Amino acid sequence: MIRLLALMLLLGALPARAETVVAGLSLDEIGITARFDGSEVLIYGAVRRDAPEPDGPPLHVIVTLEGPSGAVTIRKKNREAGIWINTEKVGVAATPSYYAVASTAPLAEILDPAEDVRQRISVPLAVRAFSGPLEVEDARPFTEALLRIRAAEGQYSLAEGAVTLVEGTLFRADFRLPANLVEGDYKTRIFLLRGGIVIDAHRAALPVHKVGIERMIFVLSRQNPLVYGLLSLFIAVAAGWAASAAFRFLRP
Amino acid sequence: MLIYLPIAEVAVNALLLLGLGGVVGVLSGLFGVGGGFLITPLLFFIGIPPGVAVATGSNQVVASSVSGVLAHLKRKSVDIPMGMVLLVGGVAGAGAGIFAFNWLQALGQIDLVVQLSYVLFLGFIGLLMAQEGVRAWRRARRPGGPRAKRHQHHWVHNLPLKMKFRASGLYISVIPPVAVGFIVGVLAAIMGVGGGFIMVPAMIYLLGMPTKVVIGTSLFQVIFVSAFTTMAHAITNQSVDVVLALLLILGGVVGAQIGTRLSGRLKAEQLRILLAALVLAVAAKLALDLLLTPAELYSLHTTVLR
Repeated sequence: MIRLLALMLLLGALPARAETVVAGLSLDEIGITARFDGSEVLIYGAVRRDAPEPDGPPLHVIVTLEGPSGAVTIRKKNREAGIWINTEKVGVAATPSYYAVASTAPLAEILDPAEDVRQRISVPLAVRAFSGPLEVEDARPFTEALLRIRAAEGQYSLAEGAVTLVEGTLFRADFRLPANLVEGDYKTRIFLLRGGIVIDAHRAALPVHKVGIERMIFVLSRQNPLVYGLLSLFIAVAAGWAASAAFRFLRP
Repeated sequence: MLIYLPIAEVAVNALLLLGLGGVVGVLSGLFGVGGGFLITPLLFFIGIPPGVAVATGSNQVVASSVSGVLAHLKRKSVDIPMGMVLLVGGVAGAGAGIFAFNWLQALGQIDLVVQLSYVLFLGFIGLLMAQEGVRAWRRARRPGGPRAKRHQHHWVHNLPLKMKFRASGLYISVIPPVAVGFIVGVLAAIMGVGGGFIMVPAMIYLLGMPTKVVIGTSLFQVIFVSAFTTMAHAITNQSVDVVLALLLILGGVVGAQIGTRLSGRLKAEQLRILLAALVLAVAAKLALDLLLTPAELYSLHTTVLR
C-alpha cells in the first residue's frame, strides 16, 4: 500500500521532469602556479523546458562545490594538572577539504529536510563525518568543532541568495576558491527545486592540480626524496656561501 | 606578493617570509643559534602545517649556519676539532632522538612533550644565562672586584682520552663533549631545532670553552646536525618545502651576515643578557599557551591522503 502510494507520488512528480538543467563552468580546470592566490569559478546555466513553465511553487536553484576528501583527526584539549593538553580525539575517515553551497533563497525555505538528507546538500550533511570506532562518549561536539573551524577558515561556506535566477531560466553562481586549495577533483552539483523537492540535477568535475615548477617540485619530493633532500641542502649551503661571499665583497 | 608553496599547499606573502628569515638570521649570526627554536613556532603562527614547518625550519638552519660559520672562520673563531667531537655525539643523539620522536608520536603526546621541553629547557637556560650575564656585567662595571676562576679542576678533567683543543685553549677528555653533543642531538631531533640554544650554554658552562669560539663552533656542528635532520624529514615524510626554505634562506643568510658583524661590536656580557631575554620571552610565551584557557579547545589535524 505504502509502495503504491510512493509510486503514485512519483508519477505525480513526473510532469515536473519536463524541466532540466543545462550548465557550464567558466573554467575547465584550475592550475596551481607559484603565483596562485585563489581562483574565481563561475557556474552558469539555464533551465530547459519542453512545455511552458508550470504553475505552482516557484523554481529554485542550489549549486554546490565540493573538494576532495581526506582524513581528519579532531582533538580536544582538557586541563590536566594545570596545563592544557590534548586528551580526547575523534578520527574522521573522510570529509571534504572544501565545501560551498550557494542558493537562490534560504535553504530552510526551498529545501525539504528529507530531500536534504537524500542528496546531502547542506553543509552539515555534506561533510557528515564517517567516524571510526568512537573513543569518546559523544562525538557531536567534535563534529560541530570541525564545521566551526573549517567555516572560520573559509573552507566550508553557505551563501543563501547568492545564486541569481533571471526570468526563471538563466542562473549563475560565483565561487571564490581560497589560496590554500587541496589538489584533486572538485565536484559541482546543480539542483533545480520546486516545492522543496529536487526535480533535476547536474554534475560536473573541476580538476585542480599544480602546474609548472610547482608540479615538478611536488613530484620530485614524492618520487625521489633522496635527490630532493640533497637539492634542498645544496640550495641551503650555496645560499649561505653566496651571502657570505657577497658580504666579503661588499665590505672588504 | 602572495606565493603558493608546493609542499605546504598554502599561499603566503613572500615578503613576510623574507622578513621572517631576515630577523631570525640576524639572531642566528648574533648568538650562534641556528634560529630553529624561533622559526618553527613563527611558521606555525603564519599558518604553515606543523610538519612542514619543522622540516623546512631545519633546512633554513643549514643555510644560516653555513653563512654564519664562514664569517666566523674568517675571524678564526671556530674550534674545528671540538666541533667534530661534538658532531660525533650530535649525529648519534639525533638518530636516537628521531627514534624517541616516533615513539612519542605513536603515544599521541608529541605536541605536549615538545612544548614542555621548550618551556623547561628555554626557561632553565634563559635564567642561567641571565643570572651569569648580569653578574659578569656588574663585574665589568666594577673593575678590581673578585674574578671568578675560569678553569676549575674537577672530576671531569680526570677522564681518559684527553685531547688538545688549541682554539679553545683546553686539554680535556673527549667524553664530556661527545656526551654534550649526544644530549643536544636527542633534544634537537625531538624539538625540531638545530640545538644551538642548548649547545652554546653547554659549551660555556659545562665544557668551559671561551665565549669567543663558542658561537662559531656551535654553528659549525649545527650545520651537520640540521643537515642530517633535513634529510631524515625529506626521506621519511616528504615535508621539506624547498620554495618556503628558499625564501626563508634568502632573508636568513643576509640577516646572518648582519648579525655576525653586530656580534663583533657587542660585548660578550651584553650578548648573553640579550640572548637570555630572548630565550626567556619564548619560554614565557609557550608556558602561557599551556596555562591559559585556549580560545578554541578543539584542533584539526589533517592526514594527507593521496
